[in-house]
Amino acid sequence: MSPAIDTRRLTAEEATGLVEGAEVSPDELHRAYLDAIADRDGDLHAYLTIVDRAEGTGAPVALKDLISTKGVQTTAGSRILEGYVPVYDSTVTARCKDAGLSLLGKTNMDEFAMGSSTENSAYGPTRNPWDPTRVPGGSSGGSAAAVAGGLAPWALGSDTGGSIKQPAALCGIVGLRPTYGTVSRYGIVAFASSLDQVGPLTKTVRDCALLYRIIAGRDPCDSTTVELPQPVEIPGRDDLEGIRIGIPREMRDLEAIEPGVRGAVASAIELAETLGADVEECSLPRSVEYGLPCYYLIAPSEASSNLARYDGVRYGYRAAADGDLHALYERTRREGFGDEPKRRIMLGAYALSAGYYEAYYGQAQKVRTLIRREHEELFGRYDLLVSATSPTVAFELGAKTADPLAMYACDLLTIPSNMAGLPGLSIPCGLSDGLPVGLQLIGPQFSENLLFRAGHALERALEFDFVPERLR
Amino acid sequence: MAISEDQVRHVARLARLALSDKEVERFRAQLSAILDAVGKVSELDLEGVEPTSHPLDVVNVLDEDEPRRSLSLDEALLNAPDTEDGFFGVPAV
Repeated sequence: MSPAIDTRRLTAEEATGLVEGAEVSPDELHRAYLDAIADRDGDLHAYLTIVDRAEGTGAPVALKDLISTKGVQTTAGSRILEGYVPVYDSTVTARCKDAGLSLLGKTNMDEFAMGSSTENSAYGPTRNPWDPTRVPGGSSGGSAAAVAGGLAPWALGSDTGGSIKQPAALCGIVGLRPTYGTVSRYGIVAFASSLDQVGPLTKTVRDCALLYRIIAGRDPCDSTTVELPQPVEIPGRDDLEGIRIGIPREMRDLEAIEPGVRGAVASAIELAETLGADVEECSLPRSVEYGLPCYYLIAPSEASSNLARYDGVRYGYRAAADGDLHALYERTRREGFGDEPKRRIMLGAYALSAGYYEAYYGQAQKVRTLIRREHEELFGRYDLLVSATSPTVAFELGAKTADPLAMYACDLLTIPSNMAGLPGLSIPCGLSDGLPVGLQLIGPQFSENLLFRAGHALERALEFDFVPERLR
Repeated sequence: MAISEDQVRHVARLARLALSDKEVERFRAQLSAILDAVGKVSELDLEGVEPTSHPLDVVNVLDEDEPRRSLSLDEALLNAPDTEDGFFGVPAV
């Protein structure tokens, strides 16, 4: 192994440069990460499966364990998929391989991506590289911890209500939830299909753009995907000249936002002004207030339908059979699912059932229309909206596990734009009590290039050090 | 909005989830609190507002009707807990 490889600090762009310049072989690079994993993943538990051999020609990548990988176990963090080995690659896996990326491993996650702390994994929680007594966020907490802890140069996660943006914020790295429909869901274990989107978790905004460029674009196997209107641009400018930023006051003044988070976000917004942005206060009167209730009707409803497939017949876990087929279904699902999927399946089944459909699911779909319209209206006046990504910094393990509603509130600020199908980028903007704070940038549909440009300029000016203090 | 233990048992049955009495009580309390919070959507008067089922304006995307390779029988059965003569094996219905 080349002693020059410091995986804690190496960006994916630099790692790619090392192998392209033949300074290290893909195998040496892969082994440097395996050594880091051997060294630190015992504490962090970012990985569920590790792949020992480099099969690509470029930088290795870690994939959230709901992304199907041919021949490599894919559990979605659930007991019900223990031992499941996909016979095909998801489209994003295939695109990573086509681009020369080798698979480093599969990362831990909240079961079926349901959660905000990675504590809902059936395989035990992941811990935050900044402070292992705290959660990494979720549900893509394994991917976020792997990148922040120097155990992968970059990773893919998935985001339904905030599952890329929030763990990126809590781990001090960059995360993109792409515009709905720009990244294929073919081969992704489904949670809520009208919201699920795969996206990158990286150390820098440039890495984020590079990985997004690899995975984005129309896929004939997913009819909800579209061609990108413009090619992905890798950002380079250091200014924000000509960019109009709106600050939704409901997202700024939310009581749940910790003072340290509020302060770091306010400083980042002042910095945006000095870089040339026009900043103005604006309002999303109903999106923030009704976003969370709307989400917790629509996502569980879709989940109750998507998770009906886990019946112990075609793949995955099967309970010891004793009795008829219905007993097999009920016992398999009882033993295979954890509490959070059970809660959401029942909530969804209830919201969709006769007599309640209009009042719950039907009404939530109409609220979703209001949320879309409120955002559309603001993008007539602003190029980007900016807020905190998470109301809090990383919290201690166990702090919210007893109260589902407290856990759900972690996504208060990420959910509204997700309901509208909009892209959002989270970048680290400072520390509060020694823990990272995330800044959320939201743009109109297909505005990823603008998000990358603005995120890159702010990243340069903020000079945030993504290596956790305890690992420096 | 409070949900009764019978209603919990009813949705659990719809979702093919076997629950113990203890679980029924725990989920009843949690689901009641969640339904109370999400019931907020009913405060809004949304008469005449169109529902959104999908965030992109894409409709009726059609593929050419061309045969292409899909999974072989062996691949399709590879992860099955029980198979027999090329079929999935299950207990009597």
